[in-house]
Amino acid sequence: MANLEVKIGELRLKNPVMTASGTFGYGLEFADLMPLDGIGGIIVKGTTLKPREGNDYPRMAETASGMLNCVGLQNKGVDYFCEHIYPQIKDIDTNMIVNVSGSSPEDYAECAARIDALEKIPAIELNISCPNVKDGGMAFGVTCAGASSVVKAVRKAYHKTLIVKLSPNVTDIAEIARAVEAEGADSVSLINTLMGMAIDIEKRKTLLSINTGGLSGPAVKPVALRMVWQVAKAVKVPVIGLGGICSAKDAIEFLMAGATAIEIGTANFLDPAISVKVRDGISDWLDAHGCQSVQEIIGVIS
Amino acid sequence: MKKYLLDLTVKAVERIHERYVLIKLTDGKPLPEMVPGQFVEVRVDGSPSTFLRRPISINFVDRELNELWLLVAMVGDGTRKLAELKAGDTLNCLLPLGNGFTPAKQGENVLLIGGGVGVAPLLYMGAEMQQKGIEPTFLLGARTAKDLLLLDIFKRYGRVFVTTEDGSEGEKGFVTNHSILQNERFDRISTCGPTPMMKAVARFAKEKGIDCEASLENLMACGLGACLCCVEKTTEGNLCVCKDGPVFDVKKLLW
Repeated sequence: MANLEVKIGELRLKNPVMTASGTFGYGLEFADLMPLDGIGGIIVKGTTLKPREGNDYPRMAETASGMLNCVGLQNKGVDYFCEHIYPQIKDIDTNMIVNVSGSSPEDYAECAARIDALEKIPAIELNISCPNVKDGGMAFGVTCAGASSVVKAVRKAYHKTLIVKLSPNVTDIAEIARAVEAEGADSVSLINTLMGMAIDIEKRKTLLSINTGGLSGPAVKPVALRMVWQVAKAVKVPVIGLGGICSAKDAIEFLMAGATAIEIGTANFLDPAISVKVRDGISDWLDAHGCQSVQEIIGVIS
Repeated sequence: MKKYLLDLTVKAVERIHERYVLIKLTDGKPLPEMVPGQFVEVRVDGSPSTFLRRPISINFVDRELNELWLLVAMVGDGTRKLAELKAGDTLNCLLPLGNGFTPAKQGENVLLIGGGVGVAPLLYMGAEMQQKGIEPTFLLGARTAKDLLLLDIFKRYGRVFVTTEDGSEGEKGFVTNHSILQNERFDRISTCGPTPMMKAVARFAKEKGIDCEASLENLMACGLGACLCCVEKTTEGNLCVCKDGPVFDVKKLLW
C-alpha cells in the first residue's frame, strides 16, 4: 500500500486529507459516522478572541452544484474553546487544527497566543478570508499589506505551524501567497469561499440576510484548482488545496496541481463519511498506478 | 443517540394528496433507535438542481414491520424527485437527528397540535404515547377537508379534533379557535406546523400557563450542528435547529 504521509511545516499528516473549517464542527458531531482518527487533520470551526453571534438567519442558500453561506463566524470565543471544547477534542488521534479569525492584527495575535498554549493543538489556520464579516476577515486577505500585517503580528505570538487561509476574491492570489510566506507562514490553504449572491424573484429579496455570502461546493472546484496551481508555483511553502472536493479524483487533481494536502468542506454535508472515502480512493488510485508514495503525484502538473 | 448513515429500501410510496407522498422505508436490520420529533436528512439522487440533503421529520416508526415513514410535501425539485421513488429503490438516510418532543408521563394530558405537513411528527409522538397507555389528543388544522393528512391513521392512536379554514370538516377556523382549547385543560402542548400557527399556539399556551414546545424547520445544510446555517434566535443566543432543536420550549424562542 502506498505511503500517504505528508508534512505541512512541522506537522506530520498520516494522509493528505483534512476537513475544512466551518464544515465539520469540532469533529465530535461526526464521531458516530466516521473514524475521526482516520484522516490527516481536522480544522475546527473559526474561533475569535471574543464570542460572536454571527449573522442573522437566513444564512444559507442552495445553488447549482453548491451553496452560499453567510454564517459570519458564530463562535463562543477562544476562552470558551480552551475551557470547554479543547478538553473534549485533545485526545482525538489526528492533527486538531484551530481556524483563527479576528478584526485587528492584535486580536488575531492574542487569540493565536492563547491557542499556542494548548499542547495538543499543533497548528492554526489563520482565516484572513471570511467574506461574511464586516470587521476584519476578508478585508485583510485581499491586499498584500493587510495580509502581511496580520501574519506578522501572529507570527510573533504563535510558535507552531502557521497555515494562512487565502481568499479567492482577489486579482492575483499568488501575490498574496508570496506576501504571507515572506512574513513567516508555514503553509497556505486555499481557497476560502467565493463571494456570491442569490435572489428570490417572487419576494424581490436576496436569499441571505446580509445579501451576499460565500459560494462553496463543486461549483467552485475549477477556480480553486487553478488558484492552487498558480500559488504552488509561486511559493516554496506547502500548499493545502480546497474548494469543492467531493471525491478521490477531485483530491488527486489538487495534489497534481501542487497541493501537499487537501481539505474537504461542503461535501461533508452530503456525506459525513466522505473524507475517509476520499482517503481510501487516493490510496487505491496510487496502488493501481504503481505509486509507492503520494509524494510522487504532488505537483506533477508544471 | 447514535447517528447512522444508512441505505434504506423503499417499501412503498403512497400518493396521499396532490402535494404529499408517504414514503415507507425498511432495512434488512432492525431500524435504529429514534424518538418522536427527530428527523432524517435524506440524499436526493437524480435531481441536478438539488445539492443538499433534505431534512424530513420522522412520521412514524413501525417496529413490527420494521418501517420508517416519511411524509413529504412536494415543494421543490428535490422533494418532487423523492416522490418519484419506487418500491425497491434505496434512499440514503442520515438519522436520527436532533432532539425529540418531551416524552409524556403517566397522568399527563398532552395536546398535539399540527398544521399542514407539520402533522407528520405528531403521529409518531401519539403512537408512542398510546403504547405507554397515555391517550394523546390531536388537534389538526388544514385549509380544507381534503388537506387533512393521514386522518384515519391518527384516529387509531388517540382523540382527534379538526379545524379547517373553510369549515369543510371539523370546526371552521384556525386550530387556536377550536373549542377543545376552552373546554379542556392540558398539561402540555407539542406543536408542529406553519410558523404563524405555532406562534399563535405559543401565545395561547403562554396566556393559559401551559407548557408548550414547538418543532421548527429552518433551512439547513449539515443536519449535525456543524455548519451553523439553521440558527434560531433564542434566549441563549443563536441555536442550531438541527442539533439543539428542532423541538424547542417556546419560552426559549423570541416569538
